[in-house]
Amino acid sequence: MANLLDTLLQGTLLGGRYALMAIGLSLAFGVMRLVNVAHGDFIVLAAYLALVTVNALGLHPLSALLIVVPAMAMLGYAVQRGLLNRAIGRDIMPALLITFGLSVIIQNSLLEVFSADSRRLQAGNLSSTGVSFADGISMGWFPLMTLATAALTIGGLEQFFRRSRLGRAFRAVSDDPEIVQLMGYDPRHVHALAMAVAFATVGIAGTFFGIGTIFDPALGPPQLLFAFEAVIIGGMGSLWGTLAGSMVLGIAQAIGFRIDPGWGILFGHAAFLIILAVRPQGLFPRTRDA
Amino acid sequence: MTLLLETRGLTAFYGDFQALYGIDFEVATGEVVAIIGANGAGKSTFLRSLVGLVKSAGEGIRFGGAGIESLPAHVIARLGMALVPEGRRLFPSLSVEENLAIGADQAGEGPWTLASVYDLFPMLRERRTAPATALSGGQQQMVAIGRALMGNPRLLLCDELSLGLAPAAVRNIYAVFPQIRAAGAAIVLVEQDVGQAMRAADRLYCFQEGRVSLTGRAGALSREQISQAYFGLH
Repeated sequence: MANLLDTLLQGTLLGGRYALMAIGLSLAFGVMRLVNVAHGDFIVLAAYLALVTVNALGLHPLSALLIVVPAMAMLGYAVQRGLLNRAIGRDIMPALLITFGLSVIIQNSLLEVFSADSRRLQAGNLSSTGVSFADGISMGWFPLMTLATAALTIGGLEQFFRRSRLGRAFRAVSDDPEIVQLMGYDPRHVHALAMAVAFATVGIAGTFFGIGTIFDPALGPPQLLFAFEAVIIGGMGSLWGTLAGSMVLGIAQAIGFRIDPGWGILFGHAAFLIILAVRPQGLFPRTRDA
Repeated sequence: MTLLLETRGLTAFYGDFQALYGIDFEVATGEVVAIIGANGAGKSTFLRSLVGLVKSAGEGIRFGGAGIESLPAHVIARLGMALVPEGRRLFPSLSVEENLAIGADQAGEGPWTLASVYDLFPMLRERRTAPATALSGGQQQMVAIGRALMGNPRLLLCDELSLGLAPAAVRNIYAVFPQIRAAGAAIVLVEQDVGQAMRAADRLYCFQEGRVSLTGRAGALSREQISQAYFGLH
């Protein structure tokens, strides 16, 4: 019984980690129908950006968020406005190819600048302490904080989408990028702002990733895979769906790990494939194509 | 009356296909002008050229005295030109009220606010929180008109308002046009329903295969003239 509870708890915490990484991917798809193949590499890039900030200014990694998040948001605006706006439209192939190219460029640039050595953001005792309950159930403070951050970010973004003027413009441009022009909105600017928001969450995800794991320049693609699975399981275009999808993925992996340490990742993929076969639109799809 | 909109020799293409062959067109401040014509005559293309959704050529488009032919659509919208597009094209993810409100986001002050649009179409007030696409066709058309009015346009372009609607719904919509007009906007109506167009408009243009085949005051044109210009019978 305690084993089962612990497995569920660890799976939920793991899901929180995936959720934080999947938000930006989900958002870019929801607003622009754009699958960013370089998403995982941007997360790793953000982790290195946090590393540089911490080393240069001697900050705690969490304080580095104050620099990493705005910097990533600006990068997101620039990437969308300068590059990806030319690639989105009826056909999704150009965007896939361009972001695939970005993925290669980012990995190799990081390798060139930082070498293949593994790095970690030192967050003192935050990454090693936790709380133990009775019966061998325990959790680390940092995974709990990651989960809380993911849930708060998603909750905040949902409110922003529902209540703010810009959030309304994001939904409208997603519905019909031609007609928003008649409302006086430049869709290129709105898309770029949406990518800025997505990249801001990539900044958060990258910093947490760097605190929670040892990282090197090649770790982007696996992060993309988990984030992508979480988005698909949850249903395209829904942030709460993405959170739920992350939980399914995390818990499936935790169950696999419990049965045999080599089976964790496999169980995650199996859950993904089962959902894809049984419910291809995902758990809570919101995307509507007019 | 001063000239609000003027085109001279306006041409437009879809790829290699030429849709408009030199349109001369004028609308004065406060005027209601109807464009009639058969399917494929270029009426919708003309409206889409005016708002910048279709790139056009020729001596250009003057709106409020300034050339706007090279401006992007979102800039033209901010200058005070609004289009009620064919098929309504409401935002399905937005509620009725959000569809209306987004029309005002980038616009200036004027007579049209949420309150005055709800006064114009009271039944929308009851459905304000419903998803826009959950409404009946006639009500959706009201939302589309309201969304355009929320931008407080100087010129309101309406593309085939009656398309696919029941006759009663069409009457309800045209019944409010005097109020819209009284608030100050000039109106261009594209209609296939000639009778409706003649009742609502001061002046009429008939398009045929991308050209103006007839123009005149709505009351001064005979049925024979119109059917000749409409169908190209000689």
